[in-house]
Amino acid sequence: MPLHQALGMTDDEYGTVCDLLGRPPTEAELAMYSVMWSEHCSYKSSRAFLGRFPTTAPWVVVGPGENAGVVDLGDGWLAALRIESHNHPSFVEPYQGAATGVGGILRDIFTMGARPIALWDQIRFGPLDDPHNRYLLEGVVAGVAGYGNAVGVPTVGGEVAFEECYAGNPLVNVMCLGIMRKEQLVLGTAGTPGTIAVLLGSSTGRDGIGGASVLASASFDADSDTKRPTVQVGDPFEEKKLIEACLELYDRSLVVGVQDLGAAGLSCATSEPAARAGTGMDVDLDTVHVRESGMTAAELLMSESQERMMAFVHPSSVNDVLAVAAKWEIDASVVGTVTAGDTLRISYNNQVVAEMPAASLSEAAPILRRDSGEPFWLEDLWTNTLEYLQPPDITRCLLEVLADPSIGDPSWVYEQYDHQLFLNTVVGPGDNGSLLRIKGTDKALAVSTDGNGRQCYLDPMRGGANLVYESALNVAMLGAKPMAVVDNLNFGNPEKSEVMWQFIETVEGISQACESLGIPVVGGNVSFYNETDEADIYPTPIVGVLGLADPAPRSVPRLNRAEAGMALWMFGPRNSRNLAGSSFEKIIKGHVGGRPTGPDSTTGKAVIELAVALAQNELVPVMHDISDGGAAVTVSEICIASNVGAHLQYSSWVGLFAEAPHRIIAAVPPENFAAIRQLAEDLGVPVSELGEFGGHRISFDNPVAGATSLSVDKAADAWRGAIRSRMSH
Amino acid sequence: MTTAVVVFPGSNCEHDVVYALETLGGSADLVWHRDTDLSGYDSVVLPGGFAHGDYLRTGAIARFSPVMAEVNRLAAAGAPVLGICNGFQVLCEAGLLPGVLLQNRDLKFICRPIHLVVESTDSILTRAAKVGDVLEIPLNSYEGNYTASADEIASIEADGHVPLRYSSSTGTVDEGSNPNGSTNNIAAVSQGNVAGIMPHPERAIEKILGSADGRVLLESFLQSKVATVV
Repeated sequence: MPLHQALGMTDDEYGTVCDLLGRPPTEAELAMYSVMWSEHCSYKSSRAFLGRFPTTAPWVVVGPGENAGVVDLGDGWLAALRIESHNHPSFVEPYQGAATGVGGILRDIFTMGARPIALWDQIRFGPLDDPHNRYLLEGVVAGVAGYGNAVGVPTVGGEVAFEECYAGNPLVNVMCLGIMRKEQLVLGTAGTPGTIAVLLGSSTGRDGIGGASVLASASFDADSDTKRPTVQVGDPFEEKKLIEACLELYDRSLVVGVQDLGAAGLSCATSEPAARAGTGMDVDLDTVHVRESGMTAAELLMSESQERMMAFVHPSSVNDVLAVAAKWEIDASVVGTVTAGDTLRISYNNQVVAEMPAASLSEAAPILRRDSGEPFWLEDLWTNTLEYLQPPDITRCLLEVLADPSIGDPSWVYEQYDHQLFLNTVVGPGDNGSLLRIKGTDKALAVSTDGNGRQCYLDPMRGGANLVYESALNVAMLGAKPMAVVDNLNFGNPEKSEVMWQFIETVEGISQACESLGIPVVGGNVSFYNETDEADIYPTPIVGVLGLADPAPRSVPRLNRAEAGMALWMFGPRNSRNLAGSSFEKIIKGHVGGRPTGPDSTTGKAVIELAVALAQNELVPVMHDISDGGAAVTVSEICIASNVGAHLQYSSWVGLFAEAPHRIIAAVPPENFAAIRQLAEDLGVPVSELGEFGGHRISFDNPVAGATSLSVDKAADAWRGAIRSRMSH
Repeated sequence: MTTAVVVFPGSNCEHDVVYALETLGGSADLVWHRDTDLSGYDSVVLPGGFAHGDYLRTGAIARFSPVMAEVNRLAAAGAPVLGICNGFQVLCEAGLLPGVLLQNRDLKFICRPIHLVVESTDSILTRAAKVGDVLEIPLNSYEGNYTASADEIASIEADGHVPLRYSSSTGTVDEGSNPNGSTNNIAAVSQGNVAGIMPHPERAIEKILGSADGRVLLESFLQSKVATVV
């Protein structure tokens, strides 16, 4: 096989490189183009469509394209946020794959000048009755814990779900949030000619070579285990020292720009900052500190050794930068000089081994317009709905749904994560979303991350849009106004037209929802080739919404604050009668079909505004959105958390399990009835007075069918054992 | 009257400890593990985290950090020295407290609030508390399972050197309330002016974050300071 093919490059791409250079590339040049033009680094299949996202708002300081998005929180504070996937490495080597995913996203945040303050983990696996999936869950959670806890950044939330389609291809997405003062913002620029490039952190070795191209940009088959050497190995201790050293460099204004070394390693950390600055750069590979001898230029340029940063430094600051590195006990090497012109020139053993326009590695990357087309099976899927001749046993079904690992208690996962460090976590894992205070201010930041592969499979546009509304509502229920979105788009093989169609529809759905809500997309990630043996995963976008509560409510709505005597109300559209894509049909009937209910932009927006107002005015102690499992699960989760029963009137059993968007269950103290009714009426949000909290049973009452109930303890046992009982053998 | 909060490479709770001590009216400075002069400080906290990456064994490298000579000197001089979580592990490795902390019984990291019952008020951690008080404090560790030789256990028990044990929410000490397998549910060990505690009192000083039960422990530490220096 020719070298370019072994490196994951097509013949066409190889031809383009030859044309660009006017000659065949050297081995080192070919290595650089192969990683920089890989799907993972260049977004070649998706870039043509990502322009659809709305990305601007007055509070956006840095939009997509840099290492992370940055938004203005007022009073001189900025937040940096980003989401990334580490799906392929986590399947091949779950502990290190997940661990280095955490390390990578942290570097994206502190590259911008911000201190990372929190992580969210979004993980999806095949069903837990298969020991291999238990092994993957165990390994991924241990990897996130092992790295995140030790590096000293709390993991304060996320989501865990299980579905057959992830058995051959688990999803591991991680989001990070950082905060900084305005003057600390740094960009990934090489600065002006004469600027010195200093490589900080771990030594460079042969680990992770081809991670971006050979591993992350290709599909899996039975031989995937042989790709294990392409997975990097993480060292959270090095990263912790690197974080502290970099933050000191920013504090003392010692750098003009910074770029982290992630996918594509040195190839990316030299070419991208030079391209952004419109400069060239001379780099001497002999000066790079290495962990093994005899590496070729290509290996040095492709290595994805973790915990490395490239700092761009004014010549007069070089000694100070080296002194800061020495203080924090990290290695540092002067490896290059920024030059006038646009040529990136790499030398090794006193020979020039690569010479090309710096921008050609990033900006000349191919943009593909792959074929897309509605799947032929879509119509059949939409008409494949279930008929219910008689109502099911509601409490038996509810118990079964509560005991499902995608619905039940995720504390087996999050109790392995430090979620409290920094003393900011006002609301942590296990609630609607996370709320983090900013000490010394009245502000708090709310984040929710959400995904729903099943709904997106049935209708990617509706599914993608619903996720934005769901995340925004979760943030709003904590008293925060949604202000920015990041998304991680996990899809199958883009060379199949139906996968491209799913992708384009999803981008459209997310974009429309963001436009309706007036919140920009400030960053994201695309992960294609999530397929094994030709079976694609469900299209699974993960959406993360950041909101700002300013001031933060003193008493935040939480699931555990319901008390006997409070009314049980629902805000939002009534009479949802659609079970398509629901957890009920999946878990009880083993059925995935029909077309899920899409969003209603007017109502969706009004419900979000109502939630912010209810939380800000401290009118309801409990709000919880109706999502996976429907209203029956929402009410049960409140009852379990608060250890109190509830009595609920319903008109149709379907409504208890339907998952249509824009709906909130709340516990309402009688003294606030009038104020709440008025607020809801002003915003045009329907209010349904469904029952009340009290006693120790959850009961469902219907004028025709009568009442049926189960004890809170029984519901709690089913819910608490969902993951824990399956992981204890 | 200032507490030195030692920062090893890999420490991560140092800012939280300073914040908590200052919130409670104390004053505290961060000191780097290469500092070799702690004169001017009247007490020391070794905070939680992963000193030196916890490589080799938790606390095993940290005990050789240059600052430890000064920590030993202050401990010998009677200044209150408190190790929290990883700091407790360092104190054990340094021989300032007996015993060691092993991996948790279930071989999993544990981050959740647990309950502690106050068994003795004769310690720098509990002098302001009452015997029988039950405190809710977050636990956050992988190596939190306290153990020691049978002789050492017998001796610290006989001498009343266990101020806090893991308990139920009503103060019952039994296997069911033992989160990590610690011998005799031991959550803290105190000998004279040196104490180590596995859960994090600095994470429980404000109700808005879940619990304020850690205040009494850090207030005890701050009061001990005055008592010892006089």
